[in-house]
Amino acid sequence: MFNKSVANKCLVFISLILLTNICLASPTIQHWTTDNGARVYFVPATELPIVDVQIIFDAGAARDGDKSGLALLTNAMLPEGAGDMDANTIAERFDNLGVQFTNSARRDMSVYKIRSLSGPEQLNPAMEILATILASATIPENAFKREKNRLLIGIEGQKQSPGAIAGKAFYKAVYGSHPYSNMPSGNEKSVKALKRKDLVDFYNQYYVAKNAVISIVGDLDRNKAAALAELLAGKLKSGEHAAKLPDVTNPTKANLTRINHPSTQTHVLVGQPGIKRGDADYFTLYVGNHILGGNGLVSRLSNEIREKRGLSYSAYSYFSPMRKPGPFQIGLQTKNDKTDEALKVLRNTVTDFVDKGPTKKELDASKKNITGGFALRISSNKKLLEYIAMIGFYDLPLDYLDNFNNNIQSITLEQIKDAFKRRVHPDKMVTIIVGGAT
Amino acid sequence: MSRNQENMYFMRKFIRKYALVRLTLTLLAPTLLLLTSTAFAEVHEFKLDNGMKVVIKQDHRAPVVVSQVWYKVGSSYEHSGITGVSHVLEHMMFKGTKKFPAGEFSRIISENGGRENAFTGQDYTAYFQQLEKNRLPIAMELEADRMRGLLLQPEEFAKEVKVVMEERRMRTDDKPRALTYEHFNATAFVNSPYHNPIIGWMEDLKSLQIEDLRTWYDAWYSPNNATLVVVGDVDPQAVLDLAKKYFGPIKSRPVPTLKPQREIRQHGVRRVTVKVPAKLPYILMGYKVPVINTTKEQWEPYALELLAGVLDGSNSARFEKILIREKQIATSTSISYDPYSRIQDMFVIAGTPAQGVNAEKLEKAFLKHVNDARTNLVPLEELDRVRAQLKASKVFELDSIFYQAMQIGTLETVGLRWKLMDEYLDQIEKITPQQLLTVAKKYLHNDSLTITILDPLPLNNIAQAHTGESSNNVQ
Repeated sequence: MFNKSVANKCLVFISLILLTNICLASPTIQHWTTDNGARVYFVPATELPIVDVQIIFDAGAARDGDKSGLALLTNAMLPEGAGDMDANTIAERFDNLGVQFTNSARRDMSVYKIRSLSGPEQLNPAMEILATILASATIPENAFKREKNRLLIGIEGQKQSPGAIAGKAFYKAVYGSHPYSNMPSGNEKSVKALKRKDLVDFYNQYYVAKNAVISIVGDLDRNKAAALAELLAGKLKSGEHAAKLPDVTNPTKANLTRINHPSTQTHVLVGQPGIKRGDADYFTLYVGNHILGGNGLVSRLSNEIREKRGLSYSAYSYFSPMRKPGPFQIGLQTKNDKTDEALKVLRNTVTDFVDKGPTKKELDASKKNITGGFALRISSNKKLLEYIAMIGFYDLPLDYLDNFNNNIQSITLEQIKDAFKRRVHPDKMVTIIVGGAT
Repeated sequence: MSRNQENMYFMRKFIRKYALVRLTLTLLAPTLLLLTSTAFAEVHEFKLDNGMKVVIKQDHRAPVVVSQVWYKVGSSYEHSGITGVSHVLEHMMFKGTKKFPAGEFSRIISENGGRENAFTGQDYTAYFQQLEKNRLPIAMELEADRMRGLLLQPEEFAKEVKVVMEERRMRTDDKPRALTYEHFNATAFVNSPYHNPIIGWMEDLKSLQIEDLRTWYDAWYSPNNATLVVVGDVDPQAVLDLAKKYFGPIKSRPVPTLKPQREIRQHGVRRVTVKVPAKLPYILMGYKVPVINTTKEQWEPYALELLAGVLDGSNSARFEKILIREKQIATSTSISYDPYSRIQDMFVIAGTPAQGVNAEKLEKAFLKHVNDARTNLVPLEELDRVRAQLKASKVFELDSIFYQAMQIGTLETVGLRWKLMDEYLDQIEKITPQQLLTVAKKYLHNDSLTITILDPLPLNNIAQAHTGESSNNVQ
C-alpha cells in the first residue's frame, strides 16, 4: 500500500540509527461526511483484491447506564435478524460470498468489521447485507433470549479465570462510579434484567449516522468508496452524536483488593486512570512507558521481574488511551508464594522510574525502536484500517501518521520525567491480587 | 466469521493452524486477474552448501521484511522424562552467545525498530524478526550466531526454567480447558509423542538439567536441520547472498534419526473425566485421522478439511446453525484438524454446553451430527459454501507477510514442500460429497474416538474479596 496508494508526499527523516536517509511515506487519509452525517475515512490500497470496512458506533459499554451488558448484547444482536433476513439467512449469504464478518463491543465502541473480495460480485451483495444489518436490525425476541443466555454463560466462564477476575476488579477499583468501571459483558444480575425493548431503544438512539464512523481500506477508488459509504450509512437515521461522557475522577488514595481463587498463580494488577486519546502528554507517556514496561523483554519491568528473577512469564505496563482517560495498567502473574516479592519489585520499579525518569541511553533506544519500526505499524491493509479507524473515531488529526515519528523523536528526558510526575502516582494506585492463599 | 465480543469466554475457536487457506491462482481467475504482479511474486528456493534451506517470497507492498528460521525439532521429537526441553531451549536462545551476551539479541533487534519472538510447536521450533527491509542483515547475523554459538549458562537456565514454569501455570494449570485438553491428548495418544504437551509436564520441567538442553541443542541445531524463510520487500538474490554470508560458514552436522513412534491401533472408545475447580463444563471428542504426511489416499485430508468446515467454523456451519442457534444445546463449538501435522493426528470436536445442558447431552448431539455425516451426502450447496470461504480466505491471507512465511516454514519443517500450498485450492475444488461421506465413514467411528469431559468442581472462597487496606500492608 505504500507504493501505490501513497500520494505525492513523502515524510523524510534522518535515521539516527545506522542507515542513510529513509524516505518513508504514510498514506493520505481521505475524509468526508455522508449526506446524513456519518464520518468516512478512506485509504485506497489496490495491490490486493480486498476491501476492508469497519463501522464504529459510539455505542460501547460506557453508554450502558444502569443496564450493564446492554451495549454488548445490542452489538451482538444486529446480525441475528435484519430486514426480511433471519440469522441463518444472513450467515449463509455472507458465507456464500466468502466474506469475513465480525462484531465486538468495548467500552467506547460498538464495532462491525467486514472483509470482502473486491470483485463486484462479492463486494456489492456483501455491503448490501451489511447495510441492512446496520439500518434494519429486527432484534428478534427468540434470538435475544438465546444471546442473553450465551452472555450469561460467558459471565460464568469469567469466574474460572483469575486473569478475568482481576481485570474486572481492576476497572471497578480504578473507575469507581464512572461508566468505565463496568465490564462490557455486564454482570449476572444486570444481564438477566435486560429486556428486548432496552436493546431496541439503545439501537434506535445510538445506531445512527451522526454517531457512526466508517473506515475503508482496499481495492477501490474514491468514487466507489463514496458510493459504498452512502450505501452503508444511507439507510441509517441521521440522529444525534452520543452525549459527552462524564469526566474521570482520579483516586485520592491507594486501595488494595485481594480475591481468593483456587489457582496455582496469583495475578497482580496495579494502576490508575491514565490518558485519553489526543492527550497533550500522549507521546511523552507512550515513550516513557515503552521504557518502563511497554517494550516486551527489553523494558524495565520485564527485566527486573522476569529476566533477573524468573518471577513471571509476563510483566508489563501500558496506557490504554480512550475517549476519557483509559487505564494505566501494570501487571504480572507469579506462583502464589512469590506474590509479595513480585509485587515489591513491581512497585519499586515503577516508583524508581517515576522518581528518576529513564536514562538517556534508554530513551535513545526506545526512540530507535518506535521510529525504526514505524513501517511495521501500517504494513498491511488490516493494520492500516485499525489506525484510520482509531484516528477517525477519536477525531485525531488526519496527519497523525505523517507526524508520528517526529512526535516520538522530539520527546526529551525532562518531558518524560515531568509527565510521569504529573500523571502517574504510585502512592495512589489501586492494587488487585487474585490467587491462591500462600 | 465469529462472534468475538469482548468477553473471551465464549469459547474461542481452536486456531486451525494455517490450514484453511493456501493459494492457487488459476481457480481465482475472475478476481485475481485484477492483481498487479507485485502481489504474487513467485517463491524462490535455494539450498546452501551446508544443507540449509532458504525460501524467499517477495511482497513489495510495504518496505518491511519478516525473517524466520525454522528448526526440525519440537515436542514430538522428545522422549519421556525430558518433555518441554525444545521449548525451554527456545527460551534459552535469547540468553546469550559468546559474541552477544544474554539480552543482547532482543536489545539489538529492538534498537533497529524490529519485533521478534519465537515459538515452539509439536513439530517445529521457529525464531522470527520483523523489520524495516534494510535491517535484514542484522537479523541474519544474530540468528546465524546463535545457531551454534549458544552459551547455555547454568545461572541463566536456573532463572529461565522458572519463567517457563510460570508460563505453564498461566497457560495450562490455571486454565481448566487447557488442562482438560492436555489430559485429552495424553489419553488419545498412547505411544505417539503427541501424547505429551508442548510445554512439557511440570514434573519434567522440575528435573530438567542444563545438560539436557546442551544435548538437545547439539543434536538438532545445525544448518542442515533448518530452513530460513524470508518474505517481504526484498530481492531474492540479495537475500541469498546474505544467507550465504551469515549462515554459509556454519558446518553441517549429523542429525539424529527419529523413531517412527507410530500410534498403536485403538480398539474402542476411550473416556476420561477431568475434575477441577471451574464453572463451565466442556467436552472434547477426537477421532484418529490421516494427515497429508501419513495418508494413503492423497485426497482424504482435503475431504476431512472440508468436512470440518461443513460442521463448524462459520456462522452458517451445522454446529453454529443447529446446535447453537436452533436447538440451543451448545453455547460454543469448534473443530480443529491440521492436515499438515508431521504424524497421525486427530479430528477434534469441542464444545461448551448451553445453559441447563450437560456435557453428556452435547456429546449425544455431536455424535448425531457425526452419524449424519457418515450416513448422508452433504448437499453440494453446503460444500460449495465452504469452498467459497476457503477461496476467499486464501486471498485474504496475502495481506500478512508473516502468515505467508508461517505457511512456507510449517510445510518445509514437517517434511512437506512449500509448493503444496499452491495445490491447496485445486485439491479442495476436486472433492465431492461422496468423498466426504467416505472419510466420515472410514475415520469418524467410535473405535478410534477419545472423549474427555471437564466436570467442574466448586470454586471455593472465590467471593471473599476484601478491600480498602492500605497498599503498604502487602510489602
